[in-house]
Amino acid sequence: MHSDTLITIPAYNEERTILKVVALTKKLYPDIDIVVINDGSIDGTTEMAEKAGAIVLSHPFNMGYGVTLQTGYKYAIRNNYTYLVQMDGDGQHDPESVKTMLPLIKGGSFDVVLGCRFSDTSVYKMSIFRSIGMKVFRFFLYVLSGQKISDITSGFQAMNKRVLSLFVSDVFPSDYPDADVILLLSKNGFKIGEVPVAMYPNLYGKSMHSNPLNVVYYVFKMFLSMLITKIRT
Amino acid sequence: MPLRQQIVTIFIAAAIFILILELIRRRKLLEEYAWLWLMTGFSIIVLTIWRDALIKITHLIGAVAPQSTVFFFAVIFLILICLQFSIKVSNLTNQVKNLAQELAILKSEIQLKKQA
Repeated sequence: MHSDTLITIPAYNEERTILKVVALTKKLYPDIDIVVINDGSIDGTTEMAEKAGAIVLSHPFNMGYGVTLQTGYKYAIRNNYTYLVQMDGDGQHDPESVKTMLPLIKGGSFDVVLGCRFSDTSVYKMSIFRSIGMKVFRFFLYVLSGQKISDITSGFQAMNKRVLSLFVSDVFPSDYPDADVILLLSKNGFKIGEVPVAMYPNLYGKSMHSNPLNVVYYVFKMFLSMLITKIRT
Repeated sequence: MPLRQQIVTIFIAAAIFILILELIRRRKLLEEYAWLWLMTGFSIIVLTIWRDALIKITHLIGAVAPQSTVFFFAVIFLILICLQFSIKVSNLTNQVKNLAQELAILKSEIQLKKQA
């Protein structure tokens, strides 16, 4: 018999950080199952995650962040977990914050809780361009859904089974699930909450925002995805 | 259209038509993808033989020369083919995604059972 909660950690070439992240999470929450989803890494991510005691699901090849997250949702639904927390494997998300997020879901206050990085305790700093982009999408999200969310790109999230049931379907975006997912949740009547969490800079990995072409694609895709989500029945 | 041009066009269109049928027969091409090609080959033959129809269509779309009409429809055809491929690639991407996810979960289940 397993616990009712699952922590999923998507990872792509995170051998330098994954052991520490899993070990710390396991130490803090010994009763919660931890699954690392290895998105076709070519380094020792799988070995390190297994060494730290996580269950590892490995994609046969690299498929992107959204697909990796969804594999975790599918695993949770298949194994009948009631709650899921997702956090990154690069050490940016502080596992301590799960303590704040999870009770809000279990208590029924929200269906989804997003970890907001813009808090007093967070040392996370973002570039001016990314900051402007975030403000534009935040405003766009507010116009389309009426939701006021400060950190629309946070990958640190906790959710219940009702949300998982929606996310395992093909409506979940496969590439960059951000504001469009919040809009999808809002449209389906889910209660979305935000809590301040500690977040650290990514020390080793390269952000997808460092490639200008990726940024152009992201902006275009996100606008399109949000509009389609809004008009889709 | 001069007779020589007409013969060459009919010959090429018939060759495409036969090639597509042969590819379907050999199961190298699925019927699903062949219909647009077959329809195009058939249209070229019809318009080449029935010249009045090509001239009427040219007037209808406001083109000056019948050749422009042929190029216009050729471009539309290519766009439709690309669109059909994009739809198919999207479906295949989704199917590959679902298979890869299923594979990852099943592999982990097998590994856990082996360890137990």
